[in-house]
Amino acid sequence: MTPARKQRLILVLMVLAGVAAAVTVGTFAFRENLAYFMTPSDIAANAPPQGTQIRLGGLVEPGTVRRESGSVEVSFMVTDGATELEVRFDQVLPDLFGEGKGVVAVGSLDAAGIFRADEVLAKHDENYMPPEVAAALAQAHENATGTPVPDAEAGESEEGGT
Amino acid sequence: MIPELGHFVLWLALPLAAAQALFGIVGAHRGSASWLALTPVLARAQAWAVLIAFLSLAYAFLTVDFTVLYVAANANSQLPWPYRLSAVWGAHEGSLLLWALVLSGWTVAVARFRSGLPDAFAARVLGVLGLISVGFLLFMLMTSNPFTRLLPAAVEGRDLNPLLQDPGLAIHPPMLYVGYVGFSVAFAIAVAALIEGRVDSAWTRWARPWTLAAWVALTVGITLGSWWAYYELGWGGWWFWDPVENASFMPWLAGTALLHSLAVTEQRDAFRAWTILLAIATFSLSLLGTFLVRSGVLISVHAFATDPARGLFILAFLVVAVGGALTLYAIRAGTLAGGSGFALMSRETLLLINNLLLAVACAAILWGTLYPLFADAVGAGKISVGPPWFGLVFVTLTAPLALLVGFGPLSHWKRDEPRRLLEGRWVQALIAVAAGAALTWHYDGGIGTLIGTVLGSWVIATVTIPLARYLPLRRVPPRQLVGMTLAHLGVGAFALGITVASLHSEHRDVALRAGERYELSGYIFVLESIRPVQGPNYQAQESSVQVFAGEDMITTLHPQKRIYLVQQNPMTEAGIDAGITRDLFVAMGEPVGEGRWSFRIQVKPMLRFIWGGALLMALGGLLAASDRRYRRGEVVSA
Repeated sequence: MTPARKQRLILVLMVLAGVAAAVTVGTFAFRENLAYFMTPSDIAANAPPQGTQIRLGGLVEPGTVRRESGSVEVSFMVTDGATELEVRFDQVLPDLFGEGKGVVAVGSLDAAGIFRADEVLAKHDENYMPPEVAAALAQAHENATGTPVPDAEAGESEEGGT
Repeated sequence: MIPELGHFVLWLALPLAAAQALFGIVGAHRGSASWLALTPVLARAQAWAVLIAFLSLAYAFLTVDFTVLYVAANANSQLPWPYRLSAVWGAHEGSLLLWALVLSGWTVAVARFRSGLPDAFAARVLGVLGLISVGFLLFMLMTSNPFTRLLPAAVEGRDLNPLLQDPGLAIHPPMLYVGYVGFSVAFAIAVAALIEGRVDSAWTRWARPWTLAAWVALTVGITLGSWWAYYELGWGGWWFWDPVENASFMPWLAGTALLHSLAVTEQRDAFRAWTILLAIATFSLSLLGTFLVRSGVLISVHAFATDPARGLFILAFLVVAVGGALTLYAIRAGTLAGGSGFALMSRETLLLINNLLLAVACAAILWGTLYPLFADAVGAGKISVGPPWFGLVFVTLTAPLALLVGFGPLSHWKRDEPRRLLEGRWVQALIAVAAGAALTWHYDGGIGTLIGTVLGSWVIATVTIPLARYLPLRRVPPRQLVGMTLAHLGVGAFALGITVASLHSEHRDVALRAGERYELSGYIFVLESIRPVQGPNYQAQESSVQVFAGEDMITTLHPQKRIYLVQQNPMTEAGIDAGITRDLFVAMGEPVGEGRWSFRIQVKPMLRFIWGGALLMALGGLLAASDRRYRRGEVVSA
């Protein structure tokens, strides 16, 4: 092998090693950083192991937002129309959080089956519903009534206005 | 009348752009001098048409003309006038018009400064830009016309989204677009070179200041976005690996790689095919970003627009533009090979590693951003990729970059000796370890802090060496060298900022009533009072929070919770005391009973290094772009 060829080979091998290392690190960590989106019905049917990070989506059940008076701790029920699940959170709620509104809570189930949220995301503006929440509500509606919802806007109308 | 005028000239711009494309590309092919001469004239006419359309829409906003649907949906008679203006690009239709306007601006600039290029080549570049204009004008006229009338007129407008009523966000989209769309020039140059079947260092030299200018604007745009998210949206977060953020960050990474690759092609005539491919990739990622944001395919806090027809159109446009360019590349790639060889230890190799790391980082972010879409499409469930993954991959790939960046400017082209490069570097290594250790000790950090701060200090210590060598010479260093040094110093500052701000920020959510206090990271926050205040189009509760360090009062913060009257949405205005070494941040949550409100209190050390570093990069890019050798106009072959 000529010196020039040898150098080129070393370069190519370096490149390959670099890419391989990056891909290894990337794929190794990828699985454990995936968070599945689930509705209360999904969790009732097939509860994820305690501590697994999930994204819980649905509507905040009206009349269920309860606070430890004078503290930031708060609990509320998230519903998809069929099933509901209790969520507890000890941080400041986002501006657009409200009863009857769409919400996504990121967190995991504890031993008592209560959802401990690390993060709560509310709709970005009043026109916007996270597509996954709209789809989940439509699905629950269909399961309950046996008729499909005409369009995803149906989730919006269940809010009872803002 | 004015909206009709705007609508009319927008339609007029379409055939003008088509003619610009036709005369430029076909004219160059036929070698017709008159067609070539006509191309820049058509480009200017097209730009005038788009400008008049844009001004018409701006006029409709300033006069709050509620017979225009888009105005009625995004403005209100109580909206202060600067925000009426920024409301022009506050939603989908207007932001596309801004996109088209920026593209016209770049096109006119190319027409103006084309003197260094052969006429046929310049005409091809303008022709390709014309094709992109056609695509965007069609998109606007078919799916997103900003001039649609609303009859009968609305009595009052729905007002601009309160989140967008902010100076930072008023200028964030234009900057971002100048950057995004600016990469279309490098793209057009690459495609023109492929059509011609010839890549030489003349056009790479010509492409460099354009690419730099676009990159500078994108850098500033992303920085503004991050800053806005910090004080307006994110409750103190400054980067979320949100798909929309990724959409702007991917072209930035590809554009950064392109800048470095262009340097090799210009100086050494190597990496030709790779440079062409990067130019195509960078603009393609800009288009992909537009698609991701504007089609509403993403589950994202930023996705304001959701309309599948628009998504399909722009996806088709993306396929045609990227597919066309790549097909051309595949046909011509064989003719691009060549260039001069280089040894394993050389500046070329170091820049190759730079490009490799940036490209892999970009690909990883692309994968993480699109994976949830693929998974959803094949029915594998709704998944999201956690921000920690992006952070891990990004840090893993950029750490070696930080280690090597200092060697790049010191190394010789073609061949170098490792011994020569390493000689004397122990001085910088010592400085870096000492500075890193001091910072780690100060913040009581662990191994992560140590690695990050040592790397950041190492970058700062090493990248200044070439400039320091000019000191005893008593000569003014070339602007390009100063620019590069500043940009690389920015990388060092950025690394320090990210490390310390990510690992040592303190944040607590607490409930306080007037007179109560809370201590965090050695600062005492005292809630003085909460009282109502009245704004032009909102009502607010404002807190007064005094901050003490020991006995000394540092500042009084005034965070607000606003209710905008029209949309009735609550908005949080954080109270922030910015400093070089730390930011103090207080935001109001809501009343939680017993006279208390919830508050978010944060102390974020060295946060400003992140944006300061990014702005240094932009400043460096600006200096480099204005270097004399790019301004002379003549083309010298290397």
